[in-house]
Amino acid sequence: MCATCGCGDAKLVPVEVHEKILAGNDRAAQHNRQHFAEQGVLALNLMGSPGAGKTALLEATARTVHGRWRLGAVSGDLATDNDARRLEAAGIPSRAITTGQGCHLDAELVHHSLHDFPLQELDVFFIENVGNLVCPAIYDLGQAANVVALSVTEGEDKPLKYPVMFKAADLVLLTKCDLLPHLDVRVEVILDGLRRVMPQPEVIRISARSGLGMAEWSGWLEKRKAKVPRRTANSPTHSHARESNAPEHHAHEHSHGDGTVHSHAHEHEHAHEHEHPHEHAHHASGTGRGHRHEP
Amino acid sequence: MHEYSLIQSLVGRVEAEASARGATAVHRLVVSVGELAGVDPELFQTAYDTFRAGTICEAAPLELRRVPARWTCSGCAREIPRGEVLHCPTCHLPARVAPGGDEILLETIEMEVP
Repeated sequence: MCATCGCGDAKLVPVEVHEKILAGNDRAAQHNRQHFAEQGVLALNLMGSPGAGKTALLEATARTVHGRWRLGAVSGDLATDNDARRLEAAGIPSRAITTGQGCHLDAELVHHSLHDFPLQELDVFFIENVGNLVCPAIYDLGQAANVVALSVTEGEDKPLKYPVMFKAADLVLLTKCDLLPHLDVRVEVILDGLRRVMPQPEVIRISARSGLGMAEWSGWLEKRKAKVPRRTANSPTHSHARESNAPEHHAHEHSHGDGTVHSHAHEHEHAHEHEHPHEHAHHASGTGRGHRHEP
Repeated sequence: MHEYSLIQSLVGRVEAEASARGATAVHRLVVSVGELAGVDPELFQTAYDTFRAGTICEAAPLELRRVPARWTCSGCAREIPRGEVLHCPTCHLPARVAPGGDEILLETIEMEVP
């Protein structure tokens, strides 16, 4: 306390936070993960350089699993919805997420695209990330696994140059392998690089054009799919803000880092016996109860 | 260039903490950046210096602590030398990164509280 006027001296307080700077994104990702789990959908985050063959791979996947699984996708791009349109043409219901200057997708962007997506009709949901071997690696989107497409035309030393991306990968698809006879690239060198940046490297050599490796890839999907619990949407654990278990229409309102607040309505059936992994400030809004996501 | 969006999250987090504690000013921030966190420290610093203007962090220098990536065996904990295959030759188990080596953490906020 100041002896002269009693104004009170300010104190310097060191506050120990020790929290991930991406904690907000991680909470949103956890929310997405719950959406996927409720619908029994295998969600995969597909990353890779621009031109690594991500879209072609999904087109080929649609041909391979045709009649067996229903696929869906959201596709992140800076400026166009070309990829989403290509995927639609291949029979994969798709949404474009246009990021403008954004170099990656984050969990909120994916969440926003989920609300009008018929996830309940799908077996496998692909999040085709923005073509970039750097930024997307550190954003959890709620996926069950990260798949990184690395084309053989990109050079042998890509794994060593982009360790963060490959460390995040659960599976590497070595794409465009039909071109190998025309290239000087040594696959052994790529694989050796992967072993130095990935503790448990899993690699499939693949070609969307020739079909090489597509059976192995669909086998990997099958294995992953088997780990996803069956759809629980009729009695979901994920829920928002109400007491009874009857289905109802309600609105989501959430604000984003750029200051925008938006809301969207959707229908779910809710059960309410659990704690939320993210913070909601609940506010009653007449017949439709809403919630707000605090970023 | 995701460093700018990280700075946005950082400043937002600091503002929330300062307002929760009724702080009048923020004097210093400490952030640790792991070598495998996917963040370029120089770029992060530049992004911070650009973005902090007009925020509660305006006068608060950012101290970055770099945490090198250390890989150790998930069984016997022996260190895997830099650049080696990430697999323990003795236990035949995959290596893992020691804590902090792949994270970006807000460690400390030094704030002025009346």
